[in-house]
Amino acid sequence: MTLRDIVALLEADVLYPEADLEREVPCAFASDMISDILMCTKEPTLLLTGLTNNQVIRLSDMIDLTGIVFVRGKKPLQDVIEMAEERGLPILSTKFTLYRCSGILFNAGLRSCKI
Amino acid sequence: MREHLSHSNEAEVDLDFAIPEKDFNAAGKGSSELKNLLKRLGVDSDILRRIAVASYEAEINVAAHSQGGVMKSAVHDDLIHVRFEDEGPGIADIEQAMVPGYSTADDLVRELGFGAGLGLPNIKKNSDAMHIVSEKGSPTLLEFIIYFN
Repeated sequence: MTLRDIVALLEADVLYPEADLEREVPCAFASDMISDILMCTKEPTLLLTGLTNNQVIRLSDMIDLTGIVFVRGKKPLQDVIEMAEERGLPILSTKFTLYRCSGILFNAGLRSCKI
Repeated sequence: MREHLSHSNEAEVDLDFAIPEKDFNAAGKGSSELKNLLKRLGVDSDILRRIAVASYEAEINVAAHSQGGVMKSAVHDDLIHVRFEDEGPGIADIEQAMVPGYSTADDLVRELGFGAGLGLPNIKKNSDAMHIVSEKGSPTLLEFIIYFN
């Protein structure tokens, strides 16, 4: 599954125009707690979260995120979007809830990351 | 328990960062730069992740819970030794703070997604040795070592 497929499945907005949507997404993890994300992400992972502050982008310096989906209609501020763009980290925003996003992606065959 | 984690060789590279109190724009930059340096030095990617996660958690702890501090990294041939020294107010009960899920984070910190109560457990899990010296009303020293192979 690519990020482009995920954009379609979640009816998501792509938050900066040059984001690389052809990236393969092997697995996903969903959480609103930073330490949970750090503890559970050991391979390239799509992150689904309601967190939109700059630390969620900083996380991608520590662990390998293939992209971030902001759920429940949340969008980060422009400076946070720019932080993602500087790192070449694709970021999406969807109106769907975290639960619904997880269900849609799981049903489409995207597995949970190994913890 | 030893007073400090120790090892024989002189460090090849030293790297220091200030960690200001409650500055969540800056917090994490030190760990990010440390990881970049180690990546350039050719450290294995899984080891890099463990170092970055342990260091980031400790850096956030200093920013979130102390009056500010400093992160001092010493890169050796075969390991990295990172020390976090803050200006207090110290950890009242270290054993309790090590319990996964236990947190004393305030509302500001929790709103940012911290306060899961996994900071110290995550540092311990990702490091080869971890050592804390702290008590209520005193500065805290947290240090860890991670071997490169």
